[in-house]
Amino acid sequence: MPENLKGLVGPEQQFKNYLSEGKFMIQRCKSLDKFFFHPRVAFPGTGERDLEWVEASGIGTVHSTTCNRRLPEKGGDFNLSLITLDEGPRMMARVEGTEPDKVQIGQKVKARISILNGEPAVIFDILQG
Amino acid sequence: MNQNDINNLRGKTAVVGLAESGCGMASGWSAMEIMANSVHDALDDAGIKLNEVDGVFAATAFHSMAAMSLSEYLGLKPKFADGSQIGGSSFLSHILTAALALDAGLINVAVVAYGSNQKSIGGFKTISEAMPYEAQYEPRMPVTAYALAAKRYMHEFRASREDLANVAVSARDWALLNPRAYTYDKGPLTVEDVLSARPIVDPLGKLDCCLVTDGGAAVIMTRSDRAKDTKNTPIYLLGAAMEHHHRMVSEMPDLVRTSAIESSQRAFKMSSYKATDMDTIQLYDAFTINTLLFLEDLGFCKKGEAIELVKNNNIGPSGSLNVNTNGGGLSCVHPGMYGLFVTLEAIRQLRNSAGDNVGERSGGGWIDNAKLSVAHGNGGVLSSQVTNVWGVSETL
Repeated sequence: MPENLKGLVGPEQQFKNYLSEGKFMIQRCKSLDKFFFHPRVAFPGTGERDLEWVEASGIGTVHSTTCNRRLPEKGGDFNLSLITLDEGPRMMARVEGTEPDKVQIGQKVKARISILNGEPAVIFDILQG
Repeated sequence: MNQNDINNLRGKTAVVGLAESGCGMASGWSAMEIMANSVHDALDDAGIKLNEVDGVFAATAFHSMAAMSLSEYLGLKPKFADGSQIGGSSFLSHILTAALALDAGLINVAVVAYGSNQKSIGGFKTISEAMPYEAQYEPRMPVTAYALAAKRYMHEFRASREDLANVAVSARDWALLNPRAYTYDKGPLTVEDVLSARPIVDPLGKLDCCLVTDGGAAVIMTRSDRAKDTKNTPIYLLGAAMEHHHRMVSEMPDLVRTSAIESSQRAFKMSSYKATDMDTIQLYDAFTINTLLFLEDLGFCKKGEAIELVKNNNIGPSGSLNVNTNGGGLSCVHPGMYGLFVTLEAIRQLRNSAGDNVGERSGGGWIDNAKLSVAHGNGGVLSSQVTNVWGVSETL
């Protein structure tokens, strides 16, 4: 990495740039053959820097889930979950397409990129069957 | 030097004075004024003069450089200061750092302090910046994080909302014995009260969440040789340890196992006592799920078994475990960062038992013959965990 970091963007901005292009990308460490999230400049804990961006399968499992209560005039109740991606890492996201309090731990979900508060965001839908 | 050498901190320092100030509602007082009042009252309790303080430790949600701001306000020129901010457990880590600085001879008298006027100026005041990769989804932090842990706990151990509610019922029963508690005159809670309270973030309702109050607190520490000459009973720091594994709940390695497992193991090891030796158990209960997790992680029962341990009001005044005997963050006081209040209660119980007058309690509110207390602090979103073990002189 050049010392002055010029001409490059950090992994947080890169992640957002990919989302703007409609891609849900996560990082993988080549030497360890391991994925991780959230995006970082090096593999957490051991510091490997041979990283690449890979398009996530988008398939995951609900690890935990909550219904956040909010007044209807402020947008109403919404779901907030932790999703374990099939690649291994876990992330926070919303599960939509069902009542916010009906999401179940263990349900399989699939990612899509939506707009949340004006910014692209990874949102999950429940996979049927 | 290896890590075990830190065990030579055992019993080297003591708390010789403590105070709280402005707990509940303190309209017309700033966070700094509340904190400074606590310091002066704690020094009076110790019989130590302000100008003897040469170590200052503080954190608040109101001051980015709390130790420096407090020193200036008090008119002190400390030789060592630490304003480390790791959330509500900061003060238990300040106590560890103060013990190190005292033992190393950097300082002679340390004050650890906190103050908040969040309630009187409008409500819960966060100390946290928005978290990258989380904020966009608008979690209601910190409640959402604890709700995610609670939901996962319920899933893994077939626990119910009633199991969580039992914690709030027992905390209230303790508060009804403690005139200092915010809910002292609010009457008992039933499980049904907790279940029917306004939902905040499922599965947590309003009564699964801590109070939102004002309040400040301070403790005064010295080396143990000096502690013998102070005006009240010194309470010795027998063990202290900290650990953290994450900052954001989405990075928490295991939602039902906190780094309190590691912090408590090392603190108990340093103390040469074990969890079951503790006469009082003071746990940072910002939410009902905390008490279940920490009872397990500190070793009072196996993982998943706290739901049995808290049944039948077993952690209430008539039960077998003296847990959160002030009423806890749930029913006594919670000005935003609760760490010094678990510390105050751990020490007050021991001082009362040793004969000091540290306030009135109704029958059963003071634990007879208490000689050992554990104070456990939590910060962030089940993130930073710090365990302190306290004892009277005969436990040294």
